[in-house]
Amino acid sequence: MSLLTPDFGLVFWMLLCFLIVLVILGKFGWPVIIGMINERGDYIEKSLEAASEANEKLKNIKAEADQILADAKSDRLEIVSEAKKLRDQIIAEAKNEAEREAAKIKEATAREIQQEKENAIKEIRSQMTELSVGVAEKVLRRELSDSNSQAALINSLLDEINVAKS
Amino acid sequence: MNLLKKNRLKSRIAWVVALLFAFQFSFASGHEGHEGEEGKPVDVKELVFGHINDAYSWHIATIGDTHIEIPLLCIVYGQNGLDVFCSSNLGHAGHYTEYKGYKIAEKGHANEGRIIEVATNERPWDFSITKNVLSLFISCGLLLWIFLSIAGKYKKNPMSAPRGLQGLLEPLIVSLHDDIIKPCVGKNYAKFAPYLLTAFFFIFLNNLLGIIPIFPGGANLTGNIAVTFVLALITFLLTNFYGTKAYFEEIYNPEVPTWLKLPIPIMPFIEFIGVFIKPLALMIRLFANMLAGHMMVLVLIGLIFIFAAINPIAGYSVSLLSVALVVFMTLLECLVCFIQAYVFTILSALFIGLAQVEPHHHSNEVKKN
Repeated sequence: MSLLTPDFGLVFWMLLCFLIVLVILGKFGWPVIIGMINERGDYIEKSLEAASEANEKLKNIKAEADQILADAKSDRLEIVSEAKKLRDQIIAEAKNEAEREAAKIKEATAREIQQEKENAIKEIRSQMTELSVGVAEKVLRRELSDSNSQAALINSLLDEINVAKS
Repeated sequence: MNLLKKNRLKSRIAWVVALLFAFQFSFASGHEGHEGEEGKPVDVKELVFGHINDAYSWHIATIGDTHIEIPLLCIVYGQNGLDVFCSSNLGHAGHYTEYKGYKIAEKGHANEGRIIEVATNERPWDFSITKNVLSLFISCGLLLWIFLSIAGKYKKNPMSAPRGLQGLLEPLIVSLHDDIIKPCVGKNYAKFAPYLLTAFFFIFLNNLLGIIPIFPGGANLTGNIAVTFVLALITFLLTNFYGTKAYFEEIYNPEVPTWLKLPIPIMPFIEFIGVFIKPLALMIRLFANMLAGHMMVLVLIGLIFIFAAINPIAGYSVSLLSVALVVFMTLLECLVCFIQAYVFTILSALFIGLAQVEPHHHSNEVKKN
């Protein structure tokens, strides 16, 4: 077969086969492949975008979390120190109160004791007065039974007064 | 891990090279037995052309007098109507036999090697399933299987990473589509992408099948002018059928000084010739490149027999050189297979793209002013 003259039969079969392949692949092959590749490309692009966005968000969230943690730490410190202060205050208050209470009790006790003392002294005095009046009455009743001795007593009393006057 | 991979790759390369050697040797030894035993000097020209040309049966090897070949179907439409028969009825090279009034023309005949009608000595309408046609069927089947299965995979798992064959071909498809077809054709690229992609993979696959020495490869399909003619014809038709008004205007009334157009229409003539030259160049380029590659390999193998006929020692020493050169040529052919498919596609895309021109508004404005 000559090299440079196209053989009719082969041209026929080639045309037929190639066109069949072209039509089938043009319908069910290439559009699907190219379409899917493009679709996947878009999908990948979108996914990358979403991922970078998510990353950004994650970074923000991390920063937020760090912030929150730092806040919590400082809050804790504050709370602890406040609690300490409060504790000290409460203790101090309690102490003061106790002292005051103690002082009050002491005072009240002292006052009562004073009162009691005064009452006792008063009683003692009134008893003593009674006693001394009784004694004096008894002495006087016996002494003044005779007139002489009455006069003598009066005189001695007067003397005493005089002596005291002079 | 890496080392293991490297070793595996190395052993794979070694295997490929060994297989190539084995193929070339078996390929060569088949002929040695055949031609040598008959005591005739080796006709390298016949050997080379016998492999490059189309044939009615698929010859694999000849050992002694037994021809190992796949007989194919002959379909001819002659004076007696349609005849379908097996090619084994027609005999073998050197002793062709007549069957149903048909015969393969002997050496020296105008239609040498093709079926003729004995009565008229003319060619009938010959639709025979020749070696090239069978190879065409095989490659078309492969193309359909490969790309439809890939398309199925895309449909099934649209968002998953490509795997296997899909992963192998996706970069090729994407780079063809995005880096050649889109920029070369322009905005109407989607209409032409299926043809350009099909043409690329058709040519590429057939080129690759062509350099496999045994069945189902080895047919010189893309080095056959009928095949490249059809491909170029489709490019030609697409270019001119979808050509814009501006494209035809540029042919018949190109923007050149008037003296190049008016008394004698030199430029329109050249442009008009160019319309046909472009696809013709496509046809010849692919045909000649693939043919030359096959021829080189065959001639280098043929050298062994030429030298062996002179002296066995010379034959053995040349065979070493020849095999080394054939391995080199075959590896080069692998590259050429891709390059020619690529060039055909890129040029087709360019020709189609050039026919999609928009009218030059800018130059019109200049004219008005």
